[in-house]
Amino acid sequence: MVKEIDRAGIPVTHICTVVPISLTIGANRIVPAVGIPYPLGDPTLGEKKSYEIRENLVMRGLKALTVPVEEQTVFEEDI
Amino acid sequence: MSKKIVHYINQFFAGIGGEEKADTAPEIQEKVIGPGLAFQKEFGEDYEIVATVICGDNYFGSNIEKGVVGELLEMIKKYEPDGFIAGPAFNAGRYGVACGTIAKAVQNELGIPVVTGMYVENPGADMFKKDVYTIETKDSSADMRNSVPKMAALLKKQIEGQEVFGPAEEGYMERGIRVNYFHERRGSERAVELIVKKIKGEEVYTDYPMPIVDRVAPAPPLKDLSTAKIALITSGGVVPQGNPDHIESSSATKWGKYSIAGMDHADKADFMTVHGGYDRAFITEDPDLCIPIDALRKLEKEGKIGKLMDYFITTTGTGTATNNAKRFAEEYVPMLKEDGVDAVLLVST
Amino acid sequence: MKLELGKVHVKDVQFGDCTKIENGVLYVNAKELEAEVLSDDRLIGCHIELARPGESVRITPVKDVIEPRLKIEGQGCVFPGVMGKVAEVGSGVTYCMDGACVVTVGKIVGFQEGVIDMTGPAAEYCPFSQTQNVCVVIEPKDGLETHVYESAGRMAGLKAATYLAKALADQTPDETVTYETKPLLEQVAQYPDLPKVGYIHMLQSQGLLHDTYYYGVDAKQIVPTLMYPTEIFDGAIVSGNCVAPCDKVTTYHHEHNPVIEDLFAQHGKTLNFMGVILTNENVFLMDKERHSDMTAKLCEYIGLDGALLTEEGYGNPDTDLMMNCKKVTKRGTKVVIITDEFPGRDGKSYSLADLCDEADTMISCGNGNIVIHFPAMDHVIGMQDYVEMQIGGWVGCKYDDGSFDAEIQIIIASTIANGFNKLTARGY
Repeated sequence: MVKEIDRAGIPVTHICTVVPISLTIGANRIVPAVGIPYPLGDPTLGEKKSYEIRENLVMRGLKALTVPVEEQTVFEEDI
Repeated sequence: MSKKIVHYINQFFAGIGGEEKADTAPEIQEKVIGPGLAFQKEFGEDYEIVATVICGDNYFGSNIEKGVVGELLEMIKKYEPDGFIAGPAFNAGRYGVACGTIAKAVQNELGIPVVTGMYVENPGADMFKKDVYTIETKDSSADMRNSVPKMAALLKKQIEGQEVFGPAEEGYMERGIRVNYFHERRGSERAVELIVKKIKGEEVYTDYPMPIVDRVAPAPPLKDLSTAKIALITSGGVVPQGNPDHIESSSATKWGKYSIAGMDHADKADFMTVHGGYDRAFITEDPDLCIPIDALRKLEKEGKIGKLMDYFITTTGTGTATNNAKRFAEEYVPMLKEDGVDAVLLVST
Repeated sequence: MKLELGKVHVKDVQFGDCTKIENGVLYVNAKELEAEVLSDDRLIGCHIELARPGESVRITPVKDVIEPRLKIEGQGCVFPGVMGKVAEVGSGVTYCMDGACVVTVGKIVGFQEGVIDMTGPAAEYCPFSQTQNVCVVIEPKDGLETHVYESAGRMAGLKAATYLAKALADQTPDETVTYETKPLLEQVAQYPDLPKVGYIHMLQSQGLLHDTYYYGVDAKQIVPTLMYPTEIFDGAIVSGNCVAPCDKVTTYHHEHNPVIEDLFAQHGKTLNFMGVILTNENVFLMDKERHSDMTAKLCEYIGLDGALLTEEGYGNPDTDLMMNCKKVTKRGTKVVIITDEFPGRDGKSYSLADLCDEADTMISCGNGNIVIHFPAMDHVIGMQDYVEMQIGGWVGCKYDDGSFDAEIQIIIASTIANGFNKLTARGY
């Protein structure tokens, strides 16, 4: 799905748990998520901390949309 | 009553002329021409080539966008054929592309069996072998007598509803379609044999050659996040309670679009997950873990993003065929464009 | 480590006043067996039904399938750490009820429970259409939390198998097979001229209905480790998962791991079977990275020339599969992968969720997306209520006469990704 969105000229960030799959299928802007059962947040750390993680990842995903990329890029760090 | 066949050939095989006649416009003749004679002989009495469509290769190539395919389809349709042959094109590139194009159109638009044939390095082969049965021929028309029986047999089998076997048996180019069969030995036994051969450096085989995945250039970046309209998409299987559109928990064949208008978070009273590929307990308890409406809404209020779209798009990623995933996006992307979506966050579990 | 498996052939199963095997017939005292299962207060109902090959019977939703086995000589018990104390197994003598299985049935926990048809087109795909099946149909207490219900279902099957296995005690096996793996250096020395081959066994460990237990330890908590192959024949590994039914490695399939069986078949002939590396398929990328590193390290450490690699499930575990393949190959051990394929109903999509160049030698266990028709059966053990929700089914796939259409992934172990079956796929 990611590729078709890119193909249409709409920038897309793939926030995903299994980065290797995203790289294989060909996403261009990739943000690694926390884990499969909870991609955005970590409920084991309590609601507050979990939300902070989520907002941080969402923000990183949004900022990635503003970054010019030439090739597949994994945004491991905050931008 | 015999079965009706229409045959497509180019100006050269129709005997009109070579390169200098490649601009010949489409025409149809109610007779058997050129290679059609060999096909007619091969088919026998139960089949009749009722018409031959002819088109110059250059004419075809330069008129695809001007509707040559539709024009040819109209001509062919009138005969209500039971089957359609294009070529064989051997190593003639433009002819091969024309054969593939028209065969695919006939198959899809008229819904009848088709067959074509060409050399493996003909550019038409890579373009169309996945869509239409393409018999692998040698690179020149000297191979006509080998190619015609294979093409005729494969078309007949399709028309008569007989089982079409694999590429090796039928002579067509592999279409990349994965078909099951029962081997005489179990998989583990074959694997043990293979590992010994591989270690010894002997020749080995693979049941599944690794496919080559196509790449797409990254879309240009957003200029200004604070005015951007952002759409949220997920493959995590989060749907409204009750799963109103029955999205499958695995191998999804559909996607859904659901309102999040006015919501400041994703409440478990409103949403559930049907994804069959992970422990659903966490997302069931807090759907924001997969569709982060709470965070996006806050960022929207703070003016960090322009607007969060009033809907999100969802499907189940696990086991979902890549071609289906591609189709989903092809279906919703025009809607995103129409709604003025500037960028997308896509969350996968 | 040396294990003798004594196989007692079972050709029929019947109800009887006492549970015993006589002339190849397993008699089951249903009352006793039900009482055994109901000793768990998480279950409020249990009844036993029998299903034999060729009968017009459908069993669904199936959770697990188990072959009853009994430890005759040597330490430990079958299913150590689960059905008894933890003690190392894999040595001595064990009897197997060859041809008979316990099948655990009950309303679904998730979407992952499957179907066994004893006759008809679906039977061709299922190994358990050919076995004498003692079906344990359970009913959970109302409102049982899903993880608790899964555990109750898993234990019900294992208890039933342990109960039936007692009937093996007075039997004389019809067939005996002996397997032996020596300590590493001795094993290397035994066949110095043969290639050293190992088996990398990826255990499903993704959480609810995707778990596996090794000596009672949840496999998501392990790091890659070495196992003597014979341990598995004594039930060291127990399935707690239902992934997609088609590639579910049931407890039966652990007891009968085909890769281990076939490696032993060539042991000392064309290869030197060194042992098994157990690893898992966790839901966090960090685990995937760490455990594929460790798996590759172990292959190098024990000096394998080649390894067979299997996964359980599909989707993100394909990444573990590819990481293992890539890293093990790079460390100098050649790899053959066994897996199954999910290229969509039209067979045209990529068969796997992840790919790598090193995965150049692969055995396919078939395409799980193929749709077939499941004709109505005279009798259903369990219930067909969930067919539309079970993986492989879809809303509207069921007909009024009790028949339905579904992808073969709804059939238990139809494309099991360890090469147990003869089903495979090729490009058309």
